[in-house]
Amino acid sequence: MAAIEEGKVSDGLAGPLDQMECVSFPPVNRFAICGGTHGNETSGVYMVREMQKQKIEKVGSVSITTVLSNPRAVDACKRYTETDLNRCFTDALLSAPITDSTPYELRRAHELNAQLGPKGSEEAVDLLCDLHNTTANMGLCLIFYSLDWITLHIYKYIQSKITSVPVRAIQLDIAPSEAYSLEAVGKHGFAFEVGPQPNGVLRADIFNMVKEGVDLTIEWLQQFNSGSTFEGGEVEAFTFAKSVDYPRDPATSEIAAAIHPQLQDNDFKLLRPGDPIFLSFSGETVKHEGEELYPFFVNECAYYEKKTAFHLARKSTLTFPSIRVKKD
Amino acid sequence: MSSYNNSACYSEARRVAIFGGTHGNEMSGVTLVNLWMKNSAEVQRKRVETKPFITNPKAVEKCTRYVDTDLNRAFTPENLSAPGGDDLPYEVQRAQEINRIFGPKGSPEAYDVIFDLHNTTSNMGCTLILESSKDHFNLQMMNYIKKAIAPASCLVLLNEHPLLKYSTSRSVAKHPVGLEVGPQPQGVLRSNIFEAMRVILKHALDFIELFNEGMEFPPCTVEVFRVSERIDYPRDANGNIIAMVHPNLQDGDWEPLNPGDPMFQTFDGKTIHYQGSGTVYPTFINEAAYYEKQQAFVTTRRETLVASAIRKA
Repeated sequence: MAAIEEGKVSDGLAGPLDQMECVSFPPVNRFAICGGTHGNETSGVYMVREMQKQKIEKVGSVSITTVLSNPRAVDACKRYTETDLNRCFTDALLSAPITDSTPYELRRAHELNAQLGPKGSEEAVDLLCDLHNTTANMGLCLIFYSLDWITLHIYKYIQSKITSVPVRAIQLDIAPSEAYSLEAVGKHGFAFEVGPQPNGVLRADIFNMVKEGVDLTIEWLQQFNSGSTFEGGEVEAFTFAKSVDYPRDPATSEIAAAIHPQLQDNDFKLLRPGDPIFLSFSGETVKHEGEELYPFFVNECAYYEKKTAFHLARKSTLTFPSIRVKKD
Repeated sequence: MSSYNNSACYSEARRVAIFGGTHGNEMSGVTLVNLWMKNSAEVQRKRVETKPFITNPKAVEKCTRYVDTDLNRAFTPENLSAPGGDDLPYEVQRAQEINRIFGPKGSPEAYDVIFDLHNTTSNMGCTLILESSKDHFNLQMMNYIKKAIAPASCLVLLNEHPLLKYSTSRSVAKHPVGLEVGPQPQGVLRSNIFEAMRVILKHALDFIELFNEGMEFPPCTVEVFRVSERIDYPRDANGNIIAMVHPNLQDGDWEPLNPGDPMFQTFDGKTIHYQGSGTVYPTFINEAAYYEKQQAFVTTRRETLVASAIRKA
């Protein structure tokens, strides 16, 4: 997996970017699609169920494993039962011994790591795609915890084909050992995050977007494996900078303001100093201060308990080389 | 209520309650009631005692719809008189407690008006829910609210259907009023939804104050949408949903649904059409909480009700 650092390529294939040659990778044959990592994010749940009903296990050169990540949470239609499954995949948590007091989701994380990983090993699936929904107005996002050419090309491909909604890339930049989410288990991985959709609701338009994203990923994999060269280029990505919490009552910790109507539903619209961000219950406006940044996950339901009203990101341009499959 | 010179007389509405958190994850009501419990100045009116109240505190704490059973279906005669105390489901205990404080349901001691604050994931805008077409006091209040917020819209849903009607928390009062504002995801607080609900309540309380001061409200007509039928998702033999609300119907609350119009879409893109005999007005389209109640949407029929003139007795 290649990492990007200030425009340098540090994967041993050498050469500054402007002299980048086509990079070759082994075929991406084993593809895992996971849904229901959060039990109330329905697109992934129904996508996985449909694929299992249709017995979709192989499409051309790609063998597909579909997994319902958190069945107990899915049955209860809750995000999780004891702890957030999608925070359980750090190296430390995956190597901790299981005891009687280990929460259900951590046990599931160990099971998923055994089935689709182990994380960091040769046996791990080649590509893991985890399906999520958000209550925020984010359209279709691909979330990368680290960058590599394979996932960037998949993003570029999907972005070129889907025109009904904005398709964006979010980079969280976390070292592999600290990467806490499910897609870190695969050799390559990313999450689809599609919204807005309320928890527990299945919207046809949102489901169809997720389905299209998955179908295009499979399409790309087939083309890649069969020898197509994918032209490199540049894409814009949003890189996580920081989180902003709600104003809270100092005595009770209860929130004291709502996301301002001018920020609500305006994910990825540049926030400038002086722009309104919160409207208090007594009518005062709180304004953004500091750097110009891009808000995302604006008013995500699950983040109230994580003390986040929205995240802020910088926009960066990522340059990547052409790639094709390594021929034996 | 008595009649005199074609005016229906109602006793002064002295005791008014505002319920929030009947469903613990419907955040506008939870937030408003918590605010007003700290400082109730905004909801006080002359000659009215207004009590804001959180009906389901355990559900609010867990940010979940309910703990054991839906509180807003729990106010049946059987539940209200059930023995068993602490062994009863939490919400049944709560229903009995609420009936003690604000009722008893059906008695002269019951509160005059209860406003029950709800949110929905459906695109229903501001909706007032009426339980009886013969409650002229409520009809006049709803007419007043609609005129006060115009050109913004506030529609009236009438649920008087003998089979589909249910025993709500607000049914403890003489004049139960449901406020349903959406779309808002469960567990999320949207500023515009919160402020819209706040404005409706303001006008509702203004109406009560005017009524209590002796204002007479002349006869009026009120357009209502009367609940007709509950439509479930298509399901397979195991009860799993096999189709989604069609994109054409999604978010189309209150828009006419005609026979032959798209209604559901299967996961591989096929359309299932509405097969009713006439045009209906669907609402509660794709409400999160209704998947377990086997309801994709509810059909309604438009009707115009006539409200008598009213004044205080």
